[in-house]
Amino acid sequence: MTWVRLALANLSLSPLTTAVNVLLMALGTASIVLLLLAGVQLAQTMSRDAEGIDLVVGAQGSPVQLVLSAVYHADVPPGNIRLEEAQRWADDPRVAAGIPLSLGDSFRGFRIVGTTPQYVELYGAQVTAGQIWNESMQAVLGSAVAQATGLGVGSTFAGAHGLVDGGHSHDSQLYRVVGVLAPTGNVIDRLVVTSLDSVWELHAEEAAHGHDDDHADEQDHAEEHDHDSAHDHDEHHDHDSEHGRDSEHDHHTEHDHDAEHDHDTEHDHHAEHDHEKEHDHVKEHDHEKEHDHEKEHDHDSHDDKAHDHDEEHADAHDHDEAHADHADHAHEEDLEITAMLLAYQTPLAAMSLPREINAAGALQAAAPALEISRVLQLVGVGMSALGAFAWVLVVTAALSIFAALYGSLRARRGELAMLRCLGATRTELLLYLVVEGLLMSVAGVTLGFVAGHGVMELVGIWLADTSGVVMTGWVWVPAETLLLLGLFAVGIISAIIPAVQAYRTDVARTLVEG
Amino acid sequence: MTTIDSNAVIEVSGLSFSYGSRDIIQLDEFQLTAGSSLAVLGPSGCGKTTLLHLLAGLLKPGSGSIRILGQDITGMSGAQLDRFRGRHIGMVFQRLFLMPALNVRQNIQLARQLSRQPRDDALINALLGQLGLTDFAQHKPRMLSQGQAQRVAIARALVHGPALVLADEPTSALDDGHARQALSLLRDSAEAVGAALVVVTHDQRIRGQLDSELEMEPLP
Repeated sequence: MTWVRLALANLSLSPLTTAVNVLLMALGTASIVLLLLAGVQLAQTMSRDAEGIDLVVGAQGSPVQLVLSAVYHADVPPGNIRLEEAQRWADDPRVAAGIPLSLGDSFRGFRIVGTTPQYVELYGAQVTAGQIWNESMQAVLGSAVAQATGLGVGSTFAGAHGLVDGGHSHDSQLYRVVGVLAPTGNVIDRLVVTSLDSVWELHAEEAAHGHDDDHADEQDHAEEHDHDSAHDHDEHHDHDSEHGRDSEHDHHTEHDHDAEHDHDTEHDHHAEHDHEKEHDHVKEHDHEKEHDHEKEHDHDSHDDKAHDHDEEHADAHDHDEAHADHADHAHEEDLEITAMLLAYQTPLAAMSLPREINAAGALQAAAPALEISRVLQLVGVGMSALGAFAWVLVVTAALSIFAALYGSLRARRGELAMLRCLGATRTELLLYLVVEGLLMSVAGVTLGFVAGHGVMELVGIWLADTSGVVMTGWVWVPAETLLLLGLFAVGIISAIIPAVQAYRTDVARTLVEG
Repeated sequence: MTTIDSNAVIEVSGLSFSYGSRDIIQLDEFQLTAGSSLAVLGPSGCGKTTLLHLLAGLLKPGSGSIRILGQDITGMSGAQLDRFRGRHIGMVFQRLFLMPALNVRQNIQLARQLSRQPRDDALINALLGQLGLTDFAQHKPRMLSQGQAQRVAIARALVHGPALVLADEPTSALDDGHARQALSLLRDSAEAVGAALVVVTHDQRIRGQLDSELEMEPLP
């Protein structure tokens, strides 16, 4: 205790130097703690959101984009897929469960997800008010959505076209809130969930009135997205551009819709609402089985009333009849979804199912666990760079403490010699200097941990408000214990050389030389 | 043949010390009893301070023995010597080496702590009063005059009740008046706690002021 008090008293003699050393150590520590907490919680959040989802089946494109859009709702989807095809894989014996998702609209920036009640069960979300939807245009709000929007059971709202705020509002058909979910800490907290029918009906209605402009907006938005496979994304987004239509027309003209031709590879995967076009399509074409037409065609291409296809199949297609059949609702075979979330029946399915789906050509299968690790690897590079910088700060602090102690040794040689005369042992002098260095380190590390956790909590509050990502400063990750020990080791190392010098003090000579 | 006085605080016999091939000290014997004082006089470089360091156990002699309270300190290990010194020896130097971060009371208290003795505020208060430092107890050393600081150093050397007080040139930097005052304070204080006092100095003003004197000459 004597040495701690003496060291504290000594540090108080040079408050500025002490403060700078403590601050440097605190800055380095806080940076490392912040990165550690953010990294661990980001990984945990991503893993938690993907829990129970072994595979995502969606349109071809970037697998990372598919997972980000369908699991984390953090990106635009690469396109839509036919429900019938996705359902075929969901019904596979190797699959325990399949949950379809249909995206495309949002409400005040919160995504509206058309799905089944199994999606709510997937995240273990409890209904705190109201109930789960049981008919079309009923919606259940995630906890963050309810809190942010102030909506409750009985409220109505209009979804907006697009996944970001500001899209065209579907004012003609309003959703009615029938339930609110309890907080789960998962992605569902910031989603509006509804039935698939709601999304299909809404867009069938919209399609009847036509919203090509919206699609153009969506395309712009999608193109603005910068992800590692943006080109893939764009390749599969053949929206209403003239170029897209022309090329498809050429294609159809040249191949005359051969059954063996793999149209699916060129299927126009809309970011969100190909099924609108699908509706256009079904209004124009006869979807009798014998034509097997839908499996082969780019459906967008059929928007063009002057399509060669019409001429080529004039005899086989009774467009007027088809239009009448599907005026209000698309045929079951034409329904599209954005993605299908699959859970394996057995882990062995991971060996074959993704490969088979991808080999089939029309769809893409992406494993969230794999894609998460890819994303985290990318994020990890940046985090590692920041971490290295933070460690540079810590090393700088350690050097500064070393310099302060070592620099003061000369001035304190007489003082140290006197302590020996008063009965202090060499070991006690060594301890004295180590304690002095450690006190600065401990103060800096403590301050750094408090600051790191404090900033993390503030960032967590901000993220919860802006993105719904759950992060908190009120958590202790195991790596922090190692960090703590490491930082104390750094503190001891910074003091050890001056301490050894103190240990070696030649008392007699020092007393003579002064 | 040396006669051992059972009341002797310090007994020195056959003491020699050299730096390399250069002999510094060759001393037959001397002893001091409790409450007695000795002035070690001689010109600069004659080995006075070296003798003081030998008596304090800060240097190991080439030969001979130094017994303090009957214990031969020349055979002690470093840590044993440190503890023995802290418990039984008080030291005052020309440069006072007060701890700048501690106030007067804390500086004095530190000597008791390092000698592993319990806190004794009454004793410290008495010493402060005796040395005229009561009003300066909370002052840091930088706020003290040279005379006040020297009194603090004397208090620090006596507070743990040492058997032997060693002083190195305690008056060299002082004028006549202050030198006389400092010496009498040191002598009276040591006597009051029953400690033997050894003052090493080249200051001739000390001559005749203490119980006995030892003249040292540089060795050829």
